[in-house]
Parts: sequence; structure tokens; C-alpha cells
Amino acid sequence: MNGAVGVPKITSLADLFAVAYRIEADAVERYELLADQMETHNNPELVAVFRDLCRAEKIHRDEIQRLAGDIDVVTHARQLPCWGRGDSPEEVDLGAAHYMMTPWHALQMALEGEKRALDFFTSVMETTEDSQVKRLAEEFAEEEAEHVNLVHRLLRRYPQPAASWSSDPDPPIAQE
Amino acid sequence: MSGLDTRLACKPADYKSDIKPIWCPGCGDYHVLMSFTRAFAELGLPPEQIVVVSGIGCSSRIPAYTNCYGFHGVHGRSLALAAGLKVTRPELTVVVASGDGDGYSIGGNHFLHACRRNIDMTYVVMDNRVYGMTKGQPSPTTEPDFDTALSPGGTGLRPFHPLVIALASGANFIARCFSGEPNATASVLVEAIRHPGFSFVEILSPCVTFRPDESEWKHLVHPAPVAATSDPGKAARRIMTDDGFNIGVLYRGDRKPYAPQVGRPSVELSELEKDFEL
Repeated sequence: MNGAVGVPKITSLADLFAVAYRIEADAVERYELLADQMETHNNPELVAVFRDLCRAEKIHRDEIQRLAGDIDVVTHARQLPCWGRGDSPEEVDLGAAHYMMTPWHALQMALEGEKRALDFFTSVMETTEDSQVKRLAEEFAEEEAEHVNLVHRLLRRYPQPAASWSSDPDPPIAQE
Repeated sequence: MSGLDTRLACKPADYKSDIKPIWCPGCGDYHVLMSFTRAFAELGLPPEQIVVVSGIGCSSRIPAYTNCYGFHGVHGRSLALAAGLKVTRPELTVVVASGDGDGYSIGGNHFLHACRRNIDMTYVVMDNRVYGMTKGQPSPTTEPDFDTALSPGGTGLRPFHPLVIALASGANFIARCFSGEPNATASVLVEAIRHPGFSFVEILSPCVTFRPDESEWKHLVHPAPVAATSDPGKAARRIMTDDGFNIGVLYRGDRKPYAPQVGRPSVELSELEKDFEL
């Protein structure tokens, strides 16, 4: 993942709501995809983790939409430029998925996403000259900081797996 | 087809079908699917006006995962199917999906002539430099030293250079993307679809199962240092000399697309059949 290169410019509250909405919506899409992948590959423990993460992101997405009130965040988000080459901050790296991954790996992916979102809102907060945007970005940054803490707490339940976690007695590369 | 209205059709999720992909977790093709749906949403086209045509291989499963019309065709023949479709139904947006084996080996000849004909459609090749679906045999773009039990010591063969071949054969738009950058890929796809004539988009899409080394591609790709050119000579030099990880639109041509008029047949099929009766 190349990070958030070419970040959309935020000049108003509507922009910030729309970008925040898109961040959460993109995260929902990724977690849904990962949950589906794990379902297909019969990894029920991971399905549950990714569905939970997806549910949490959906709540955030809908909450942002509610807070935005009359601002049509869906339409406005569509009109804003995308994140250049990279993904939006909370989009977890699908390329890092593995059919034998564990909840620890899933939560590491989530942690990275939450940290990127925290960095993003912190950066908006520190660079904007609009006091309303600053205040809202600060709120979003605080929420993301709480999400980072939440993922850290969840990680306590799942210790880091042994280095051999990806060893498969019947590997797909049969010809080697 | 579902009865989606225009507004709903503008959300990427509305271009996804209910069928869950069965690619390996980590496969670049998931990102490509995401880029397809984002591009279609950006274009704002109703799903029933888009047709995704494919051949055989992991990448060619993509029509089933979209909510557009789809045709999962014969190995290597996706371009032939798509050309026939576009000529007879020019109002449709035709996007062809393929892989490096399906597109450059089995379908290699169709590739040349599709570029030459310059019919207005978009050809997307998800290149992972291996036959993934059949367990990792070398493809036309595999490096000569890719060493496996199926190709001990590597094939020793020079890899096919699809972008150069597309340019030499007459493709009107040439771009290279990386699957791990779905927003950038979606933007290129939008441009490719809008560009008149035959657009060729190669997407570097890692096969994490048979080519785990390709996970490094995310660190190797970089934006093309210069803007796209419409001069085929300049484009040829750039494409021939780049490192294979140059991402972006590399060539925008201005050739007139081939669009033959397909009228009503002058002779009914039943009349023709009579000539062949035994």
C-alpha cells in the first residue's frame, strides 16, 4: 500500500464530512470483501472478526451521515477528488490477506488503518485555517484515537501467532 | 438485469453482483474488481449498458462478480467475442477482461488484430506473470529464470512485451496500472473507456499464491515520470526503455475507430441454408 498520496483538499465542513464518510464507507467495503474471502476459504474465526470490524465501520459511517444533517455526504463525496494513487486512510491492504491468517493479523491490518485515519484527521486539524473544520477534524481525530485504543485492547485477546502460522501441510504450490 | 435507477447506478456497490469471488485472499484481482466498479460508478453508466467479456483464467471470472451484462467466453477468444458484440451493438460499453496467459498466449493473435482494428472497446489484462488457475506454469510475461518444478531453471525465454506490441499493432490508448492502487486504476479505466477506439490497460495484479515475490510490486511501482504522448515514436521509446513498473497513461492516439455499419442481412438465413441442403 502506498499510503494516502494525493489527499483530497478540505476547504469546508461539507468537504470534511464527505471525506470522513468516504473513509468509513471504503473501510466497510474492504472489511466486507475480506469477510467474504474468509467465508469462501472456510476460516470462520476470521469471518467473525471482519464482520465485527465491518459492523463497527458501518456505525461510524452512518453516524457521520447523521451528524452531517442536511449535507448530502454521499453526493458530495462522489464529487471530491479521490486519494490519488493510494487508498483512503482506513482501507486495509487486501494484498496482505492470506487464507491462513489469524485474528491477530486481521487486527494488525485494522490497527494500521485506524492509525492512518488518525494521522489524516490530525493533519487536517493542524493545517486548516477554518475554525469549524478544525473543531470537527479534532473530534474525528479523537474518535480515531479511541478506535486505535480499542484495537489495541482487542489485540490482547489474540496473541501474536507463531512464525509458522502460514505453514500448510497441503500447500497450493504442488509442483514445487 | 435488475431495475436499478440512474442514481443507484452511480454507487460502486451497485455494479457488484451477489456472487462472492473465489480468488485467493491477497489476490490483486479483488482490487481490479473494485476498480471496475468504481470506474463504472464514475462513468455513471447503467449496468445494463455495460458488457464485461472475458476468456478463461482467474482474471476472467470477473464478469460473474459484476452486475453488468457478462460473457465468460472461450479461452483466448474474449476479444473476438467482444469485437462482434461491439460491431453489432455499438451503443453498449464493452470492457474485456483477460489475463497474461489467456490474453497473450492463447489469445495472442486476437490481441494483435484487435489493436489493429481499433474497435471502440477497452481491453484490461490482469498480468500476474503466471498461469494461476492451473497451478503456476510460466506465461508469456514470466521472467526467463522463474524456476519451478514445471520449468526447472526457468524457461530461458524472453518475456512478451504487451505494451510495445499493442502500440506497434495500433492500439489507440495504452496504460499500465497497479492493482493495489484501485483509485488510480479506476481513473485510468474511466479515461480508457471514454477514449475512442481500442484502449489497452495492463494491470499488474500480483498472484500471491504462485508468485509470492510479486507482493513486492507495491514497493516497485511508480508514477510515469512524463505525461502521456500521442506520438507513437516517443511512446515506443518510453515503453521499450522503462522498468516495467511505470504506472499511468503512456499513449493516447488519435486513430479513427473502426466501426463498420451492420445493416439488415440482404439474404435471410433460411435462404442460405437451402444452398447447403444435401
